[in-house]
Amino acid sequence: MNLVLHRVTCPLDPFTVDLDLRFEGRVTGLFGPSGAGKTTVLDLVAGLRMPSRGRIALGGRVLTDVENRVRMPTRDRRIGYVVQEDALFPHLRVEGNLLYGCPHRVDTKSDVFSFMHVVEVLELSHLLSRSVARLSGGERQRVALGRALISRPELLLLDEPLGSLDRELKSRILPYLAKVRDEFGIPMVYVTHAPEEVMALCDHVVVMNEGRLVGQGRPEDWFEPDEGWRLKGYLKVS
Amino acid sequence: MEVDLLRTLRLSLGVATASTLLILPCGLLLGWLMARKSWRGKVLVETLVALPLVIPPVATGLILLWVFGRHGWIGRWLHEWWGWDIVFTWYAAVIAAAVMAFPLLVRSCRSAFAEVNPRLEQVAHTLGAGPWRTFFTITLPLASRGVAAGVLLAFSRALGEFGATVVVAGNIPGKTATLSLSIYSLIELGRDREALVLMSMSIVLAFAAVVAGELIHRNRRTTA
Repeated sequence: MNLVLHRVTCPLDPFTVDLDLRFEGRVTGLFGPSGAGKTTVLDLVAGLRMPSRGRIALGGRVLTDVENRVRMPTRDRRIGYVVQEDALFPHLRVEGNLLYGCPHRVDTKSDVFSFMHVVEVLELSHLLSRSVARLSGGERQRVALGRALISRPELLLLDEPLGSLDRELKSRILPYLAKVRDEFGIPMVYVTHAPEEVMALCDHVVVMNEGRLVGQGRPEDWFEPDEGWRLKGYLKVS
Repeated sequence: MEVDLLRTLRLSLGVATASTLLILPCGLLLGWLMARKSWRGKVLVETLVALPLVIPPVATGLILLWVFGRHGWIGRWLHEWWGWDIVFTWYAAVIAAAVMAFPLLVRSCRSAFAEVNPRLEQVAHTLGAGPWRTFFTITLPLASRGVAAGVLLAFSRALGEFGATVVVAGNIPGKTATLSLSIYSLIELGRDREALVLMSMSIVLAFAAVVAGELIHRNRRTTA
């Protein structure tokens, strides 16, 4: 992944997000307590929010450059975003949601981002004609994930996709996320405040608090086992 | 004075339908702008749009007369260029009803759009949808019940419009005499029985529109 946030500043209440960092992992965990500014970072990358200063680039593409007045529209960024509250379109059925980002259904099995392949990997075939109101929490997350994948993104942003699920559901959905990581080979930024999710999915972790970078590195350098995992005493996670 | 009941009913329905259709695109746009965007002059526009609700309808009619009369700002231009006089025509009745119904439509559209979770629109953008596609495939369908309730409310208001219409369109039987105006004329002539028939017709129409609006609104609350 080559996602760079160069001297990005975005005022929030009661602190300012102020970051200068490069996301280095294939799956980077963006870790920090609630209200640390993690979702704001994803919104900045997706173009849903503008920084007051700085430059954001993905690969060779400049997405945002405040000083040079560059702002690539969100729709052109090719960044899949699974937002915290899943945000499925309630008036569309599951199939309608999945195909929203790619209205022309592609069923070639050799194409990893094809409708057929995504449906197969996430085991959604029996849900296609179902109304989204009749989906369970885990099913909703899988549909939201599939919808983002079918739009063929170059980067996938996942904002606490397991945050609203109970422990049992989390353990059922985690393997799907690992499958997506392994089968699609797409770089991901995974926002969470759960160390066990970072340990299970990420090869790199960025730790932030109150809008600032606390540090980054390999997950095993930041977390230690303790009835699960916990941060090595740098930061109190609320 | 002969009052053709069926013709009066048709005329009223035509005026109400035409005025509602006339204000619909503008009402949707303004409702969306008010719900979703911050812009300079927003308070002023909000106030101007709400004015017909609070000033006497006859005063609104007078303003329309100044604007669309042969010597008015727009009326003069229409007369000089096209030889077209709007005042005291069916079109004037439509314009008067449209102006009076517009605030109700805009307010309903505004609350309907404000109820749509903006995160859904943002997600649509991340999936490659531009503003128009997002509006027509996400925002409008999700706000449709509120918008439909607003349309019915505006239609009902247009159907019962009297004060502005009588000033700008007159009360010409078969041409601009809508249900309300005809009821007024019949009462003045002491023909209470015919007035009662027209009044019953307008009550049935308004009742049906309000009930339909209420049903849509309730359905919206239960499915929200």
